[in-house]
Amino acid sequence: MAAVSVENVWKYFGDYPALRDVNFTIDAGTCLALLGRNGAGKTTLLRILAGLSGTSKGAVKLPDRRRTAYLGHNIGIYDELSALENLKLFGRLYEVPNVKQAAAKWLERVNLAHVADSPAREFSRGMRQRLALGRVFIHEPEMLLLDEPFTSLDDQAIALLQGLMREARMRGATIILSTHQLREALELATNVVLLRRGQIAYCGPRTKAMADDPAALYRDHGGEP
Amino acid sequence: MIRFFRLSFAIAAKDIQSEWRTKEALNSACSFSIVVLLMFSFAFDPGAESTKEFAGGLLWLVFMFAGSLIVNRSFSRELPNDCLDVLIASPVPPAALFLGKAFACFVLLMIIELISIPVFGIFYNITWWRQPAWLAVALGLTTWAMSVIGSLFSALTVNLRLRELMLPMLLYPMLIPALMGAIRLTSLALANEPIAGEDLVWLKVLVAFDIIFTSLSLALVDFVLVR
Repeated sequence: MAAVSVENVWKYFGDYPALRDVNFTIDAGTCLALLGRNGAGKTTLLRILAGLSGTSKGAVKLPDRRRTAYLGHNIGIYDELSALENLKLFGRLYEVPNVKQAAAKWLERVNLAHVADSPAREFSRGMRQRLALGRVFIHEPEMLLLDEPFTSLDDQAIALLQGLMREARMRGATIILSTHQLREALELATNVVLLRRGQIAYCGPRTKAMADDPAALYRDHGGEP
Repeated sequence: MIRFFRLSFAIAAKDIQSEWRTKEALNSACSFSIVVLLMFSFAFDPGAESTKEFAGGLLWLVFMFAGSLIVNRSFSRELPNDCLDVLIASPVPPAALFLGKAFACFVLLMIIELISIPVFGIFYNITWWRQPAWLAVALGLTTWAMSVIGSLFSALTVNLRLRELMLPMLLYPMLIPALMGAIRLTSLALANEPIAGEDLVWLKVLVAFDIIFTSLSLALVDFVLVR
């Protein structure tokens, strides 16, 4: 059964069609790399999947919101609250059982247990990014929607995120990530959707040839990396 | 239903906690209301009977202007770090998110009002506690109306650059019926006059206003938040 289905989706901004008749389905456990150059419609599609934006035409079907997680271009944490309070808040919103324990566990996972009671505004950029990862994974989501997740992450946060994504895949989570970092994306991905000017230029499995030569995907199906 | 209110409460508690930490809106709204009350006390003779007649109106004007500083922050406090996107993408129903925000506004507005009223009593030489139940009813119902409409317009204007200007322009005209009721009931309560007969119509207006706009806002907020 399809975990995600995108059916004839169109999205207009004024007269401009940012997405044009986008169609695809993916099964549970798939890791989908959503690729395309700037302005291809990756973020628009992810925002529709996350429920942040509606479609102009067409429909999307997703699992229960309680089992999904979204990481956008920004970190989505509250600067005035402490690291522990941030995770407890999102634990409550996602109805995590035993929220105190879960928050403490995830602070350990993201190496922030020593600053649990400090307000997030006092954190360095890397610490804030790790707190955001704790926020995303605290409810152990079955569906991850990640918009350019590696952009502006430091090395430690990239390693942490890659580890968490691998773990999520091992427990059967579905991942949709949009990125410009082809090599990292194609290493993780099982499927690829390449968008070009709002339309699907390629939709199918990730092949070994793509992983070996990521730029070939763009050469063969149009667009620029 | 329990889940709905639990999520609303989590949002409200977060907003109140955040505001309590920074006191950005509380401090500015509180100082604003005290300064305006002080300035008006120089303009009017505090001992005059005429001052007592428009005391209710004066008080609500101050609450309205100071209140717009509070309600403006309702959704705009979610802008740093794109927290609003995270909330909309979460399993919190938009109506629960809205109700939590409105409740947090209500609590913060009541704090401002409860600080301002004794100051008002001192500056204008008014014994304000003679009809505490009626004063509480007028404050509670009108503050809820301000919180609900203010939060809805805060959600509507959150992405506008001129939201600080737009919000009062939308908010004040919408609140006119509630304000008329609030001014009448508050003036009577402050003057220690009985509230009965025709004056009770204003109570009904306030109750109806709250019910209609709470229902309307809960129904519309989904459309307002998801673009």
